[in-house]
Amino acid sequence: MANRYSLWSLIKNGLKHHESWQPAWKSPQPKKQYDVIIVGGGGHGLATAYYLAKEHGIKNVAVLEKGYLGGGNTARNTTIIRSNYLWDEAAHLYEHGLKLWEGLSQDLNFNVMFSQRGVMNVGHTLQDMRDIERRANANLLNGVDAVVMTPQEIKDMVPLIDISHRTRYPIMGASFQPRGGVARHDAVAWGFARGASELGVDIIEQCEVTGLIIEGGRIKGVNTSRGDIMADRVGCVAAGNSSVLAKMAGLRLPLESHPLQAFVSESMKPCIDTVVMSNAVHGYVSQSDKGELVIGAGIDSYLGYGQRGSPHVIEHTAAAIIEMFPSFSRVRMNRQWGGIVDVSPDACPIISKTRIKGLYFNCGWGTGGFKATPGSGNVFAHTIAHDDPHPLNSAFSLDRFATGHLIDEHGAAAVAH
Amino acid sequence: MLVITCPYCQEAREEEEFSYAGEAYIARPAVPEEVDDATWGDYVFHRKNPRGWHWEQWQHVAGCRKVFAVKRHTVSYEIAGSWTLADGKALYEEEQA
Ligand SMILES: Cc1cc2nc3c(=O)[nH]c(=O)nc-3n(C[C@H](O)[C@H](O)[C@H](O)COP(=O)(O)OP(=O)(O)OC[C@H]3O[C@@H](n4cnc5c(N)ncnc54)[C@H](O)[C@@H]3O)c2cc1C
Ligand SMILES: [Zn+2]
Repeated sequence: MANRYSLWSLIKNGLKHHESWQPAWKSPQPKKQYDVIIVGGGGHGLATAYYLAKEHGIKNVAVLEKGYLGGGNTARNTTIIRSNYLWDEAAHLYEHGLKLWEGLSQDLNFNVMFSQRGVMNVGHTLQDMRDIERRANANLLNGVDAVVMTPQEIKDMVPLIDISHRTRYPIMGASFQPRGGVARHDAVAWGFARGASELGVDIIEQCEVTGLIIEGGRIKGVNTSRGDIMADRVGCVAAGNSSVLAKMAGLRLPLESHPLQAFVSESMKPCIDTVVMSNAVHGYVSQSDKGELVIGAGIDSYLGYGQRGSPHVIEHTAAAIIEMFPSFSRVRMNRQWGGIVDVSPDACPIISKTRIKGLYFNCGWGTGGFKATPGSGNVFAHTIAHDDPHPLNSAFSLDRFATGHLIDEHGAAAVAH
Repeated sequence: MLVITCPYCQEAREEEEFSYAGEAYIARPAVPEEVDDATWGDYVFHRKNPRGWHWEQWQHVAGCRKVFAVKRHTVSYEIAGSWTLADGKALYEEEQA
């Protein structure tokens, strides 16, 4: 690798006053023709390109991104990573992703700051606790780590949490996945971009796909803001904008795009060293390496592509956090933003071929796709390379909305992130 | 915060009084037994989800509790108007024609 990062390279470049580092990825002009075009330079698109080149030897690949790398949900999410999903198909898919996370920094030679600080899903009602027991048991049967905790065990791990009976919805227990955690979102996009670029993939920013060129039921290429680019295989990984791309091919998807908001506080001393999520009061919180509380909750109810939501949603989220952590009531919030999430009817992704030959979609990750970034790219690359799904994503095809074989993770998988 | 006018109460109120009720004017297949699974799946699950103007339903849950139609832009969030479902449908069909 031209720019291999190591202690040695740090010392060497330090002696040169850090002035000779090379850009992490190249920015070439688009070619006329590629073997595969990936539309969307978020984490999932970049990971797809990386695994196409690395595992399937397909290196004549372009990733077309309308804005800049990691300007979409990749860099707008709250970075929670876990695999404690209820149903077999989902548990296996997300667990595949989690296993890849565990070796990702080494594989990419790029520190994605994956921190397995655990993810806790608290329950506030008897039904919550029954669901938690059921999910933890299902997880264990699928080889996914899971522990059920009592309120006192929760308090020992997270001293600031209120487990008293003064609250409106007292905490009755939790599930905990020790191998879950968080990672640095930008680094994931940059690491995959660098890895893919090194293997020969062209990463083309400021290049919006405006049309799909289809002849005789086959994809031939794409129209873009930088001219037409041809390819026999096109994979669309456009998160919130997936329905817009599908429309270019005359396809309809079972998706609705909604704003999802998040916010961070001022920096504070370390006070919470795991991720706490609650479905019932609906909020979740972790603390970043900079010391900010990272807080999020549910989507805005209406359709929206505006990358902003309504203020009353922020108010509800803050109320949920203060219900669990009364001491956070004095913490000042610094920043707030929104991303556009593509929500599917069963809260599971679509990683699928379409009726147009050579056109593939990877979408519907909704509020919870960051955790799947490496796994999603890995199985989607397989799907494109073989024109056939990987065993792990064959259940996630578009057909399931006609056959009725839905994988209903709504509510099943703790909170939705 | 969206400010929505209920065509029944004839008053502009904040979004929190309302609840969103999805895409408007989705036609249910006239004879469900006669359509294939793909057509039925399309009716149940697939949506327009446009980036632009969208005809949608809202319910005035903290008011008269009636459901009505709103035409709203999904990027600017601008609202072109709100109508009773029947009045909106006439306009909607005119637009589609
Ligand atoms: C506030 C918030 C919090 C979240 N929290 C979590 C969490 O804690 N854990 C978790 O697992 N997930 C979370 N998610 C979900 C997660 O962010 C997404 O599921 C995931 O990032 C989507 O995949 P992506 O990274 O490839 O998307 P994106 O980064 O959005 O990539 C899609 C790219 O496609 C590009 N594009 C779109 N249309 C075109 C076009 N026509 N031509 C060219 N390019 C195009 C876009 O510009 C964009 O860069 C959260 C999301 C949000 C918004
Ligand atoms: Zn009313």
